[in-house]
Amino acid sequence: MKRVYPNKDYCIGCHICELACITAHSKSKDLILAYTVERTGEGLSSCKRVHEGGPTCVALSCRHCDEPACVAACISGALQKDPESGRTTYDREKCVGCWSCLMACPFGAIARHPLENKIVKCDLCFDRPGGPACVAACPNQALKQEER
Amino acid sequence: MLFQPINRNYHDFSIVRDKDACINCKVCIRQCAYEAHYWDESRQKVMHDNAKCVGCHRCEALCPTSALLIQKKQSDFKDNALWKPEFIKYIYKQADTGGVLLTGMGSPVGNIPVYWDKLLLDASQVTNPSIDPLREPMELKTFLGAKPVKLEFTKTKDGSPKLKTKLSPNIELNYPLMFSAMSFGSINFNLHVAMARAATELGICYNTGEGGLHKTLYQYGKNTIVQVASGRFGVHRDFLNAGAGIEIKVGQGAKPGIGGHLPGEKINEMVSVTRMVPLGSDAISPAPHHDIYSIEDLHQLIFALKEASEYRVPVSVKIAAVHNVAAIASGIVRAGADIVAIDGMRGGTGAAPGMIRDNVGIPIELALAQVDQRLRDEGIRNRASIVAAGGIRCSADVVKAIALGADAVYFATAALLAVGCTLCGKCYTGKCPWGIATNDAKLAKRQNPDVAAKKMVNLVHAWGHEIEEMLGGMGLNSIESLRGNRDKLRAVGLSDTEMDILGVKHAGR
Ligand code: SF4
Ligand code: SF4
Ligand code: SF4
Ligand code: SF4
Repeated sequence: MKRVYPNKDYCIGCHICELACITAHSKSKDLILAYTVERTGEGLSSCKRVHEGGPTCVALSCRHCDEPACVAACISGALQKDPESGRTTYDREKCVGCWSCLMACPFGAIARHPLENKIVKCDLCFDRPGGPACVAACPNQALKQEER
Repeated sequence: MLFQPINRNYHDFSIVRDKDACINCKVCIRQCAYEAHYWDESRQKVMHDNAKCVGCHRCEALCPTSALLIQKKQSDFKDNALWKPEFIKYIYKQADTGGVLLTGMGSPVGNIPVYWDKLLLDASQVTNPSIDPLREPMELKTFLGAKPVKLEFTKTKDGSPKLKTKLSPNIELNYPLMFSAMSFGSINFNLHVAMARAATELGICYNTGEGGLHKTLYQYGKNTIVQVASGRFGVHRDFLNAGAGIEIKVGQGAKPGIGGHLPGEKINEMVSVTRMVPLGSDAISPAPHHDIYSIEDLHQLIFALKEASEYRVPVSVKIAAVHNVAAIASGIVRAGADIVAIDGMRGGTGAAPGMIRDNVGIPIELALAQVDQRLRDEGIRNRASIVAAGGIRCSADVVKAIALGADAVYFATAALLAVGCTLCGKCYTGKCPWGIATNDAKLAKRQNPDVAAKKMVNLVHAWGHEIEEMLGGMGLNSIESLRGNRDKLRAVGLSDTEMDILGVKHAGR
């Protein structure tokens, strides 16, 4: 399947991918409203996190693993492997906020929702016409969606 | 403000932030290499210090909400025809520091004419047909190096002719364009990779500059010209044999008469190994080559390099455009150079004293026309190709340069603009915000070689198309027919002397 791969050599740590992710998952689809109103009011947050260490940065999100540890750990069935698309899907309604997945994910790609007992996880922007928002917004092609 | 030097507020730029659009995302803080933007903890918002801004526009380009505007600071000194603001600021600066004013890229001096802008091209009407490059073949292929005076043939057994004349080695270019010398160190590895890949894809050459060639780039040798300068950085047998040509750098248009200077901060591990200089030490090239004090000495060096490369590649000599450039070029050709590269005063640089950049040398247009004419008059034009450099901005400049007598042009500033450079002129600080003239790991990665190479390739393709259009319009179907064809040029608003030097008639004639 096509996954989003970060390239740490050319990630410049601008965090623009995070802004794109927030906007793509907002109600308004407007960066200014998403970042100021929805983020602070509703806890809207990015599924992608830029990690920095010295001069190196890398933008991490769910890897949509072939054998996802999070799915195995999920106690409520909220996380599933979709056999058709290959995505690791998340059903917010079923999630009980036990954080089992958070601890199981070897990439630290799952985050707690800042306000609710829910998680935040990349959905590969499956319903976005232009594909992953982060990939489209990255100014340095440090994110690529491809088959590897 | 309190506790600051009196001239601190005479800064060049103002940062204007649109309050409605700014979301305090801190992208600008992360992008500014000069720390002009900062997070104000007590106000809980992004603030800025105008005095630190160098006008590179990096933050403006990356602000996701287009909230930023970088403007020239409007407040100014009382009008004065002699004391233009830059001179006043120079004095304040030097009174503070006591040092030479350093600069980088750019050519801010406004009162020396740009002759490209005073030259117009011809087009065919009625009496000779123009050519449509989309329908008919158009040849941009260019060969650099010595050409024979005449060709001799012998007959083979079956009666077909065979070339008897031994041809000199030439560099084959798909376009009359090359990326000019920018040393590894002055610009970083990512851009050397990008230039090497772009030149290879395009079938042109890039020039290593005076800092040697990184081992991993030897694979692009067919599209590389290796440079030998007065500091001899990174010069060894393998290096001399790595490229399609060797260039002796005598001078650089932006700073004729002085050598290169790469500050120690820019010498990291990779640069140190490639240049063969200690880590972190300044790499200073002497002003002259200490083995070239005459044309005879130059002759010796040219042939030493030809010997070292077994006469497989042409040798170029690059000089800055200065007074008497035509006589110097004639000497260079007679000394055995296969290519003469002339770099005009508007050429770029990673670091040069401002006074020298703006006051020493002459414009490339005048130098080029004179060199071409002189070599023709002396009957030695075929012995060397002429490459014009220093201030080529667009494809029309290329066409005009070729009509003035160049075989090809070198361009570098335009290639850097293609990858983001905004000519802020802070190359010498080692903190290039666009990741170009810097070896700081955090900044250098702003240039992804994949992206940069693509942009350089696009630029050359675009220029290529435009050159074909202009050639076709003039009724020419090959770049060869344009070379030194000054009848295709007319001047506007130039004096008789200038037109005489350029060898062109006034428009209307
Ligand atoms: S947008 Fe691209 S360069 Fe910027 S932080 Fe994200 S991955 Fe890195
Ligand atoms: S693919 Fe979409 S959901 Fe996943 S990190 Fe990128 S923007 Fe966010
Ligand atoms: S990048 Fe733009 S929106 Fe973000 S803090 Fe700076 S000015 Fe504001
Ligand atoms: S120096 Fe460049 S990045 Fe910094 S504020 Fe000025 S224009 Fe923006």
